[in-house]
Amino acid sequence: MPHKTFFAFILPSLIAMVLFIALPIVSVVLQSLYVSHEQVMVEVENCQPFGGCTSELRVDSEATAALRDAQPLGRFNGLGTYVDRAHLASAELGAILSSDRGLPAKWAQILNLPFYKALIFTLVYCFVVTPLAMALGFSIALAVNALPKVTKGPIIFFSLLPMIITPLIGSLILYWMLSPNGILGATIQHIFSDPTLSLRASPALTWGALLTYGVWTNAPFSFVVFYAGLQTVPGDTLESAMIDGASRWERIRFVIIPHLAPLATFVALVQLMDNFRVFEPIVGFSAEANATSLSWLIYNDLSGDAQQFGSAGATSVLTIIGVVILLSPVLVRTWREFKHKAV
Amino acid sequence: MKPLITLAISATALALGTGAAFADCGIEAGSVRILSNDFEALRTINATAQECASDAVVVTANATAEHKEIQVPALTINPAEYTVAVVANNSIVPLLNADLIRPLDDLVAKYGQDLQPSQLVKIDGKIMAIAFMGNGQHMFYRKDILEEAGIEPPKSYDEVLAAAAAIKEAGLMEYPLAASVKPGWDLAAEFVNNYLGTGGEFFAPGSAELTIDNENGREALRVMREMTAYMDPDYLTYDATEIQKEYEAGNVAIMNEWGSLAGAILDDEGAVDGVVENTVLTAAPTIGGGSTPAAALWWDGFTIAKNISDEDAEASFRAMVHGVSPDMMMANKDVATWLIAGYEPGPAAVGVIANANGGARPYPMQPYMGLLHTALSTELAEFMAGSEDADQALADVKAAYDTAARGAGFLQ
Repeated sequence: MPHKTFFAFILPSLIAMVLFIALPIVSVVLQSLYVSHEQVMVEVENCQPFGGCTSELRVDSEATAALRDAQPLGRFNGLGTYVDRAHLASAELGAILSSDRGLPAKWAQILNLPFYKALIFTLVYCFVVTPLAMALGFSIALAVNALPKVTKGPIIFFSLLPMIITPLIGSLILYWMLSPNGILGATIQHIFSDPTLSLRASPALTWGALLTYGVWTNAPFSFVVFYAGLQTVPGDTLESAMIDGASRWERIRFVIIPHLAPLATFVALVQLMDNFRVFEPIVGFSAEANATSLSWLIYNDLSGDAQQFGSAGATSVLTIIGVVILLSPVLVRTWREFKHKAV
Repeated sequence: MKPLITLAISATALALGTGAAFADCGIEAGSVRILSNDFEALRTINATAQECASDAVVVTANATAEHKEIQVPALTINPAEYTVAVVANNSIVPLLNADLIRPLDDLVAKYGQDLQPSQLVKIDGKIMAIAFMGNGQHMFYRKDILEEAGIEPPKSYDEVLAAAAAIKEAGLMEYPLAASVKPGWDLAAEFVNNYLGTGGEFFAPGSAELTIDNENGREALRVMREMTAYMDPDYLTYDATEIQKEYEAGNVAIMNEWGSLAGAILDDEGAVDGVVENTVLTAAPTIGGGSTPAAALWWDGFTIAKNISDEDAEASFRAMVHGVSPDMMMANKDVATWLIAGYEPGPAAVGVIANANGGARPYPMQPYMGLLHTALSTELAEFMAGSEDADQALADVKAAYDTAARGAGFLQ
C-alpha cells in the first residue's frame, strides 16, 4: 500500500486518537504540575438563617480573579504535587524508613499513607485476579468446547453474563447477596454458625469478596478469547497426539497450551491494564473503609465538596506510569519477537 | 445535601411536575433554568416554579444528586447553563469562591415582599441566597424500647451509650444504635456534628489553620468509636438511607438521622408494626458536658447566576419566589422544615426545630471547609474500623487537610 493511501486510511482514527487520548493526557500532565493560586482572603460579615451574623473569612473574588487572569493555569508547582503526602509522600516515607521502629510498625505506617494504601490493594487485585480469571476462563473454554453443539449456544450466553452486566450493577448485586440478609451472607453465617459473621465488617473478608468479584467479572473475557483460540487448534496435531496415546490432560498441556500461549500474553496484557484501574467494585461494595484503589483516589479528589484537579491529575499520571511499568515486560518481549521475525 | 439523594420519588412531586398548572407570576419574558439537588422538597419547589412558564417564559429544572459537581462549570460559562442554583451551607461556598452568583438586594426589594428577613443569607452585607428550608441530623428514638428497658430518654451522648448498654443487657436489641458513618461524606458529617457540639472551632481565627487536634476533637472521636460497640458490625457500610431502613425494620432503638427523612420514616409505608407510633423526634444529644445539640444546622436556598442577562435573572428570581411562596408551603407542610412565612412545624419537623432552639451551630461556611470535609471523609475510616487511635486519626486529618489546602492556595 502506498504511504499516501495508508495515511488516508488511518487519518480519521489518528485524529480521534489525538483529540480524545493524546490531548487529554497532555492536559492532565500539565494540570498536575500546577496548583491553585494563593487565595486572597478578606474578613466579612456573614448572616444566615441559623446562628445569626458572624465575622468570617471569604475569598476576595476580584483580587483572585486578577491573579487568575495573570496566570491562567495557576502556580507552577513542578513535581511538588507528586511528592506530597497525598501521592508519593517522599518526606513522610523517608521519615518512616529512617525511624528505628520494627518492620511491622513501619509497614503499618506506610499503609497509613493514602497513596500506598491504594497502591497495595490495586497491585494485589491485579496479580490475584488476572491469573485466576485467566485460569477460570480457560477451563470454561475447554469445558464449553467439549460440549455437544445444541447446548453450546445457551451455555456460552450464560458464561458471558458477568461481562454483559455493568460492573457497578454486578458488584451491587453480589454485595446485596453477601449482606447478612442476603442469600450468600445468610448461608455463610449458617455454615459457620456464627450470626455475627459479616463479610462487610472485616478487612480480610472484604478483600476476599472484591477479589472473588474480580475473578467472576473478568473470567468471561478470557473465556471468549480462549474459546475463539481453541477453534484454531490444528485438528491433525491433536489427532496424532491421540494416536500417540496422549491423555486429555497431556493434549492440553503439550498441544493446546503452547498453541494458545501468544493469545494468553494478549489476554494478560489487557487484563492487567483493566485490573490496574479497578474502581467500580469498591464503590459497589461500599468498601472504602477497607480497600481503596488508585482510580478511587482520583474519583475522591474530583467528587465531594472541594474538587482538587491538580491532585487528581498527579494520581492519573502515576496510574499511567504504573500501567506502563506493569506492561513493560510483556511489551519488551513482544518487541523482541517482532524484531526477531523482521530479521 | 447528599444524604437526601436517594429519597424515593414522591408521587405528589411527580403529579405536580407533569400536570403543572399555570400561574400568573407576572413575568414578562425570560428563561429560567434551575439546577438543584434531588429530593422531594426541592422537586416540589421546582415544579411550583415551573407553573410560571408561559409563551414568553421558559422554565426548566434539573434535579440531580450530582448538582455539586455540575454547578461550578455550568455557571462559569457565559451565558451560564443554569440561571438558578439551589444550594446549601456547603455547596454555596464554591460558587462564592469563584464569584459565580449575583447579589440579590435589588430583586429582593422589588419582588421579595413574601420573604422573611431570616431567609436572607447575607455575605459582606449583600444578599447572596434566599433560604427556604432548614435541615440537620437529630435523634430519633423508640419510646417503647426505652420504657421496656426502664430508662429515661437520653439527652447526652453518655446517656445514649448508657441507654444502649441497658437495652442490650435487657436482651431487647442486639445493636440498639445506628449512625451514618460510612466513610465518605457521611462519616465526615458525623464528626462535624460532634465537634460542633463540643463548642470547638475548626480553624484558628482569621486563617485556614486547622485546630481540631485538641480535647474537643478527641472527645468527638471517642463518642463515635464507643457508639460502634452497639452498632451492627456492618456500620462502616451504613449511610443515611441504610440506617433509615434498619430503623424502619425495627432493628434500632436510637439513631441520628436527617430531619428531611423524618417524613418518610413517619409515613405509613415501609416500617414494621410498632415503629412509627413509638418514634419520638428530638434534638441531637449533647456531647462532652456541652449544652447544645451535637449537630450542624443546614439551610437550603436558591442563588441566581451572575453570568446571565438581567432579564433572565429577574425572571428566575420571580419564578423561584413563586416556587418558595407561602402557598406552596401550605400545600406541602410536611415535606420539609420550611423557613417560609406562616409555617407551623408539623410532627416531622420537631427534631430540626429542637436542634435550632437548643442552640445548635450552623455547618461552617468557610471557603476551606470543603477541603476539611474531604480530608475527614477518608482519614477517619481506619479510626472507625478500630485499627487506629484518635491521635493518629487527628494527625492524619491534619496532614491530609494541610496538603490539600496548600494545593488550593489557602495555606502557604
